[in-house]
Amino acid sequence: MKLLLKGGRLIDPVSGKDESLDMIIIEGRIEKIGTSLSADKSFQEINLTGKIVSPGLIDMHVHLREPGFEHKETIETGCAAAAAGGFTAVCCMPNTNPVIDDESVARYVREKAKSVCDGIVDVYPIAAATKGRQGAQLSPMAELVGAGAVGFSDDGSPIMSAEIMRRALEYSSMYGVPVIQHAEDSTLSHGGSMNEGYVSTRLGILGIPTIAEVLMVERDLTLLRYIPKARYHVAHVSAARAVDCVRRAKEEGLHVTCEVTPHHFTLTDEVVESYDTNTKMNPPLRTRDDVQALKEALRDGTIDVIATDHAPHTIDEKEVEYTSAPFGIVGLETAVGLSVAELVEQNILTLYQLIEKLSTNPRTILSLAPIKIAEGEPANLSLLDPHVEWTVDVQSFRSKSKNSPFHGRVLKGRAIGVMNNGNVRLSD
Amino acid sequence: MKLQSRHLLGLDGMSKEDIQLILDTAVSFKEVLDRPIKKVPPLQGKTIANMFFESSTRTRLSFELAERRLSADVVSFTTAGSSVSKGETLKDTARNIEAMKVDMVVIRHSAAGAAHFLSRVVQANVLNAGDGSHEHPTQALLDMFTLREKRGSLEGLHVCIVGDVTHSRVARSNIFGLITMGAKVSVCGPATLIPRDVEKLGVSVYHRLEDVLPKVDVLNVLRIQLERQERGLFPSLREYHRYFGVTKEKMALATKPVTIMHPGPINRDVEISADLADSEHSVILQQVTNGVAIRMAALYLLGTTN
Repeated sequence: MKLLLKGGRLIDPVSGKDESLDMIIIEGRIEKIGTSLSADKSFQEINLTGKIVSPGLIDMHVHLREPGFEHKETIETGCAAAAAGGFTAVCCMPNTNPVIDDESVARYVREKAKSVCDGIVDVYPIAAATKGRQGAQLSPMAELVGAGAVGFSDDGSPIMSAEIMRRALEYSSMYGVPVIQHAEDSTLSHGGSMNEGYVSTRLGILGIPTIAEVLMVERDLTLLRYIPKARYHVAHVSAARAVDCVRRAKEEGLHVTCEVTPHHFTLTDEVVESYDTNTKMNPPLRTRDDVQALKEALRDGTIDVIATDHAPHTIDEKEVEYTSAPFGIVGLETAVGLSVAELVEQNILTLYQLIEKLSTNPRTILSLAPIKIAEGEPANLSLLDPHVEWTVDVQSFRSKSKNSPFHGRVLKGRAIGVMNNGNVRLSD
Repeated sequence: MKLQSRHLLGLDGMSKEDIQLILDTAVSFKEVLDRPIKKVPPLQGKTIANMFFESSTRTRLSFELAERRLSADVVSFTTAGSSVSKGETLKDTARNIEAMKVDMVVIRHSAAGAAHFLSRVVQANVLNAGDGSHEHPTQALLDMFTLREKRGSLEGLHVCIVGDVTHSRVARSNIFGLITMGAKVSVCGPATLIPRDVEKLGVSVYHRLEDVLPKVDVLNVLRIQLERQERGLFPSLREYHRYFGVTKEKMALATKPVTIMHPGPINRDVEISADLADSEHSVILQQVTNGVAIRMAALYLLGTTN
């Protein structure tokens, strides 16, 4: 396929470029970058006036559910959702069945990903930090890194034992791979279904207090001070005080990073009043003050990454009593729209900073090679329309599951295409 | 006169006019209950299903009596012996019952929001007979009805709810309803059983009965459940009784005549001493009688205004 991209704004935090440039792409390789480029009729010309060309976006927190829970999502449907959402790479979490705690499972996931959706989405496994995600014994980290794991996490469950967390940080530090903590002291959150506070008191639903998250982040940072060579990443940070802890630790120079989900910077626990189980996720939606603090932390760089925690569940699993419903919502296909609407439009982030948090920063944290946008390089690109307004319709999702609280919401900004590994996908 | 909603899910957000309407309607139904023939025809031809996913004798009997006295056809089930124990979901159970052309559903369930959930998936009118720790609106309505009978008006009355507020649907519904009706509401209990930010509901918080007793007109004493002790939320029943149990000795601190209520069933000599429960201060049995009248009123208003 031969493409001429005309008039797009190239935003490339790796090279620092932010300017209108044309691009000629032949069979997945960037042939030429320049102004006023033209090409003959054998090229498909794409008019990108008012649109953005960025390095391929990566979502470093996704549940692909395969192997084991293919009724919720498969690697194929998950990758299709990622591509539709503008991502050329995802990291998949290890809470599958079997758990990704063995190199054979990690290899299976990687190989399977290459065979679906023309391999347009790179899938990087996050392996379990402990065997079976049981929190008792370290997983074979060296072997897992050898099989392509880019991080370690027992996501969904916290690593509760301080001893095991210490060993995980020490062992993983030999390979320069981060330990990603689902920061939740489960002795404090046990049985809760939503944020503990005024709304949970009104609704009579047992709460998950913010202190469950803050205490775990504090504990881990104390461990990290003791093991400064390790790298620690807080998944889906949700509480204002947890963000404060990360900010202070960064000022100290610790190797700590963190991510936030679009739903945590968009919604508050007030939406739980509907008892819609698509408002149930872990960590839970917090208060307005927390949302404000998350936005401030995005602005000042304390939060490095936007990641979705894409967590597919079927309608039958979700359409039950609130307290019985599983945690989590899908996010791949609404991430760009929510980020532009809630962050760029509200002057929290520039588009340039948004692309750092959706592409360059997560790749750096995971030690993935930076995407080079230069002549002769393979095209790993996302094409975004930051101006289009659109209404979320879960029925149009490529994801197998439709559990989103954003159905019917008007968002701003949407992916219009992705290119990776010699392939191109453009939306209609 | 009509209610603003076709369901009775809770008192949170219910208007003063609607609460007033139910209380006023219950007055005439209470009069029916004193007649030799206690049956009236307004719900003739209507079918009501009582779905009790949680065991309850008193509330279920009270609803069934109210339904029969309004001449409705009544079907009831409790979880034991129903297909729910075989893994059928709440949604499927509800839809099956509805497929049998039921007009109204009364639901008791251990999950907060179960009645709201049901009201979204079925066409029938839904009455919440208690959903987890969330609401128990007919209990609060009958409490308010009883207080209005006993004290004339709710306006300005100081009602203190004593005990495990965190896990109590009776407490929540009473707080919402009483505040809407202009009463002053406080809660008193161990700090571990008072929910976070409860002050934002407009109530004041006490941890010593001695501090609040001189100020109250009414004590609504909640049942304490032993499983809360097992979960470490209070140390022992003995200590609970000593510091939070309502007794004759503590009542000596009251400066006004105090009405004592309890939603039942009572743990005698735990949250309330036996002599007080049976004393002239207590309206516990009137509450039970009024429960039938209030449920008749709620069923009548929802069942005849479709």
